[in-house]
Amino acid sequence: MLELLSYEFIQNAIMAGVLVSFASGIIGSLIVVNRMVFLAGGIAHTSYGGIGLAVYFGFPIFLGASLFAVGASLLIAFITINQKDKIDTFIGLIWAVGMAIGIIFIDLSTGYNVDLMSYLFGSILAVSLNDITYISILLTIIIFIVTFFYRQILAVSYDSEYANLRGINAKFFYTLILVLSALTVVIAIKVVGLILVIALLTIPIYIAEKLSSSLAFMMFISGVLSSLFTLIGLWLSYQYDLTSGATIIMVSALALSLFLPINAMMKN
Amino acid sequence: MSLIEIKKLSFAYGKDTVLENIDLEVRERDFLAIIGPNGGGKSTLLKLILGIISSKSDTIKIYNQKPMANLSDIGYVPQNTNINVNFPIKVIEVVMMGHIKGKKEREKSKNFFHRYFKIGYNEFEKSCALESLREVGMAEFADKKIGSLSGGQRQRVMIARALCAKTKILILDEPTASIDVSGQRQIYELLKFLNKSITIIVVSHDISVILGYANRVAHINKTLTFHDISNYQKEIKTDDKHFCEVEMLQMLGECKC
Ligand SMILES: Nc1ncnc2c1ncn2[C@@H]1O[C@H](COP(=O)(O)OP(=O)(O)OP(=O)(O)O)[C@@H](O)[C@H]1O
Ligand SMILES: [Mg+2]
Repeated sequence: MLELLSYEFIQNAIMAGVLVSFASGIIGSLIVVNRMVFLAGGIAHTSYGGIGLAVYFGFPIFLGASLFAVGASLLIAFITINQKDKIDTFIGLIWAVGMAIGIIFIDLSTGYNVDLMSYLFGSILAVSLNDITYISILLTIIIFIVTFFYRQILAVSYDSEYANLRGINAKFFYTLILVLSALTVVIAIKVVGLILVIALLTIPIYIAEKLSSSLAFMMFISGVLSSLFTLIGLWLSYQYDLTSGATIIMVSALALSLFLPINAMMKN
Repeated sequence: MSLIEIKKLSFAYGKDTVLENIDLEVRERDFLAIIGPNGGGKSTLLKLILGIISSKSDTIKIYNQKPMANLSDIGYVPQNTNINVNFPIKVIEVVMMGHIKGKKEREKSKNFFHRYFKIGYNEFEKSCALESLREVGMAEFADKKIGSLSGGQRQRVMIARALCAKTKILILDEPTASIDVSGQRQIYELLKFLNKSITIIVVSHDISVILGYANRVAHINKTLTFHDISNYQKEIKTDDKHFCEVEMLQMLGECKC
């Protein structure tokens, strides 16, 4: 165990895991209380388009995915604010088209398929110091925004109509939450992969929601739980040579399935 | 002086006309009750006044300006208080949402973070919110999660949220629909007291409340019939306590001059 900790890639993985857990704990809480899980799913899958384009044009994949995801989140914000009727249809469309763009551009660029698996299933054991720097900066920005605009974000999330009446620009904060979700989704992809990112953004949060009577506390607990699951998952995946992303999600899911009945029993 | 002036207002959701040719003037320190059947357009009219929805022609003037221009002067209790009941939020936080951002009190704050970084709530806002909760009989629930309250308790909290904004106009959409009899009384007495200095508009189906507290009654069913009922109030009070909506409507119909 201690010997394990001396490897640099393990140290990086632990750091990245904890940082991403707190980012996804905070943003996941906002996604869940604002009922944006489906929207976040759309953003996550659309970001694959950005990965494809980045691979094809040869610029950094993180950057490509982030830009594409932010673009998608702005589009989704615009649609959900202005076109309340057919949100599902539009999100489904963006979701699929983003994926398709990604797949086609990766087809067009040769010899990249192996590495691509890491975007689908995560590659926490391959995070670099650069990645960690980027993740730290993003987490700092997120904490900064959530601290300074806590009451606005809380008001908009709880009752956006009333928030508007109190002079808070609900559309702006709604869009801000989606953009932050996009950026968080991209770093979370690094840890658990595109396919499982929604699980990371929701499972620890469902548990935290049941334990919290305030949004701030829910964010914090989500971060702690998510870190715990990530580290346990990481250790198990290393020990038994399993895919890290999937193992982390299974640990979280197991925790949730133990928590729910216990929580129900405690209530009675 | 007229606070709210509505002239020839019509409104439709899509093709269905909900309000037609509404003329309404609300004066300072009015206690206006709005009655009418379900789907008559009462909530729609309130939302238009508040600027939550808008009609194409700007026929609503508040202090001679567009509705949204005077947001900080209007408090509101929405009809549906059951939104987001599982949200992790404490009662006191819901009430503090009533404060408008950037008010002067903020600068006086002793809390360092609050004063210099504008983070969180200051002690003034907290005590003001607690005071409002006390007024609606909910002070002991301040730190409870909103989802753990009953429907009527939640409605009281929403009234407290509107009160703590300390506005000049208070608009309430069926604020006591699920509140018990003594609670209703308490809240209407409070409104009556507030009415000494502020203007109140309330939608209600409760006739005894309307006759006991309002100075004017508007009946809305697509169109608006507007009446000064003070004469009737006197008659009825000496008469009979039991008074149903049908009689009320008849009475209002009679004097449709
Ligand atoms: N968001 C909406 N979209 C479309 N139609 C609506 C909407 N809100 C209300 N309506 C319609 O407008 C009409 C008036 O509704 P409104 O809510 O103003 O009635 P109300 O007088 O407040 O009724 P209640 O006593 O039940 O509260 C109804 O026929 C309703 O179906
Ligand atoms: Mg209504």
